[in-house]
Amino acid sequence: MPAPATSPASTALPDALGRFGAFGGRFVPETLMDALNVLAGAYAEAQADPAFRAKLQDYYANYVGRPSPLYFAERLSKLVGGADIYLKREDLNHTGAHKINNAIGQVLIAQRMGKTRVIAETGAGQHGVATATACALTGLECTIYMGEEDIRRQKLNVFNMRTMGATVVPVTTGSRTLRDATNEAMRDWMGSSEQTHYTIGSVVGPHPFPMIVRDFQSIIGQETREQSLARLGRLPDAVVACVGGGSNAAGMFYPFINDDEVALIGAEAGGRGPNSGDHASSLTQGRPGVLHGSFSYVLQDDDGQTDDVHSISAGLDYPGVGPEHSYWKDCGRVRYESITDAEALDAYHVLARREGILPALESSHAVAQAMKEAPALGAGKVLVVCLSGRGDKDAYEIARLRGEPMG
Amino acid sequence: MRSPTVNPPHSSENVMNRIDALFTRLRSQGRRALMPFLTAGDPELEATAALIGEMVTRGADMVELGIPYSDPIADGPVIAESYTRALRTGIKLASIFAMVERLRSSERVEAPIVTMVSYAIVHRHGVTAYLDRAVSSGVDGLIVPDLPVEEAADLCRLATARNLSLIQLVTPTTPRDRALKIIASTTGFLYYVSVAGITGERRELPPELADNVAWLRSQTKLPVCIGFGISGPDQIRQLAPVADGLIVGSALVRRLRGAAERPRAEVVGEIGGFVEELARALTLT
Repeated sequence: MPAPATSPASTALPDALGRFGAFGGRFVPETLMDALNVLAGAYAEAQADPAFRAKLQDYYANYVGRPSPLYFAERLSKLVGGADIYLKREDLNHTGAHKINNAIGQVLIAQRMGKTRVIAETGAGQHGVATATACALTGLECTIYMGEEDIRRQKLNVFNMRTMGATVVPVTTGSRTLRDATNEAMRDWMGSSEQTHYTIGSVVGPHPFPMIVRDFQSIIGQETREQSLARLGRLPDAVVACVGGGSNAAGMFYPFINDDEVALIGAEAGGRGPNSGDHASSLTQGRPGVLHGSFSYVLQDDDGQTDDVHSISAGLDYPGVGPEHSYWKDCGRVRYESITDAEALDAYHVLARREGILPALESSHAVAQAMKEAPALGAGKVLVVCLSGRGDKDAYEIARLRGEPMG
Repeated sequence: MRSPTVNPPHSSENVMNRIDALFTRLRSQGRRALMPFLTAGDPELEATAALIGEMVTRGADMVELGIPYSDPIADGPVIAESYTRALRTGIKLASIFAMVERLRSSERVEAPIVTMVSYAIVHRHGVTAYLDRAVSSGVDGLIVPDLPVEEAADLCRLATARNLSLIQLVTPTTPRDRALKIIASTTGFLYYVSVAGITGERRELPPELADNVAWLRSQTKLPVCIGFGISGPDQIRQLAPVADGLIVGSALVRRLRGAAERPRAEVVGEIGGFVEELARALTLT
């Protein structure tokens, strides 16, 4: 089934059926197939249109604030020892995370397609905020599906989405987290695709979504590559990113796939430990299966039912992962590791104290992984961490966990 | 996907599949099929067995058995909640097939039974393992609502080799050239989804429904059945003239809310009464 572990990873994927090797495809109701075909066509047209690319570039530069800096975290590097750690500061983007790169791109596509309404799922709320932002910017109607548990954990983002005019629909089914919000968004789209675009927030779901989101997020890896060559005269030795659905990691890794000398490492949510229900490590603990329209590594029981998952970070609290990550894993091009809640929380505090940067809990998983990799890489080496988002949204939850609630 | 080349153990080409036999008989009698949908295991599996027996006695021609799934994106709240109730009982696929096997052997239920099952479940068990067990338990066909025609070639071939019907869906959003591709890899009957959207009762059905079904029937000898949105006898009467069969799901499943707390005989009798009402509406048209 999975590709042999020795085959080199191709960047010329997905194929016409949306496959990355054995992974990807479209496992959705017939009702959505026409909408997906139309979207794939509209996306190809937009990418071939210089005016669309120029408009997107303009928003990236003058609205999002791109390029985001590549910052040398000197005090963190000294503390950890070994390789020099650089942070790709996606947390400095407008709306505070990498999610805006994709949201603006997709909402511009929706506008080109003549859609009047945009829907999205959100976990941590960063994609919801980014989508609400892009809709405010373009004047499209916006509905965000968010699990009740995540609404509790991410109050600030909910408030901000509503302030920008979005309707936030609480999802009360199942585990009331990202997975359930994704189900609800897909159900909405089943009956609304004629006038509505579904702006999926990660490299998951049926083709063409994993490709579209990867392409829009690839600006992260492209800039990192250029900045590294310009500043250091060479490529980094290792690049680390956190992986839930895997959009910031896909965008960071994709431009480096053919650079064999660059080690690529993904950090999944290890939660409270390796027992089922305690983590969200689809790639390191799951197996290939079908979830949310695509064939990829999933956390699923022997009967095909999706497992309950857990992560301290709402954005990584997801039982599946993008199909291209599954492909990269089986090709051996990317190494995936697991970071526990405690390790992520520790990294959050280290970065706060040593660098004056409050990372999102999602990104804290990448920082924690980097703190393990840097000593092993050794002095003189360069390690880049994708700091995918800022931690403002997590302040209330961290205060609660520390037993010092802000009220 | 895997593409196994093993010889199917249960191939029985000379015996007509129960679904084909049913539609041959109904067509010769000028009748339409009534196909109620039930979730296996809601409120629990023993009740499902009793409900199937009762529904068949009271006028159901075929039974669509929903295999509960944790993430059913095509289903509205009524069926999604029903799946959740069933999964809470700890139900497994193996016990569902065992229940069907028992209906066939000791209860002598002969009506066709079709499973509605997510590809997530079929894949986890393995396509050939799923199909072989379906055949040995006495299931006659399957609907895999999240497996579009592009991904269905292997399953279609393997099911056909086992004399199992692979029922595929055409929807209001399906372009006509695509509908022809779907027809080409469908056996048993074609499932026309009446509305663009999730499962659930609708007060109004789209005006173009009759035309779309008429066009499909002009393109294939397969029976064309209508499902999604049918809420009761009035819509049965309205749609019966244009289709070969009608599927009623949410309207029936909704009546099972809270069934776990009620005497089983009462629940079974009530569902039987509803099915009889639908069957009467179908016969009188």
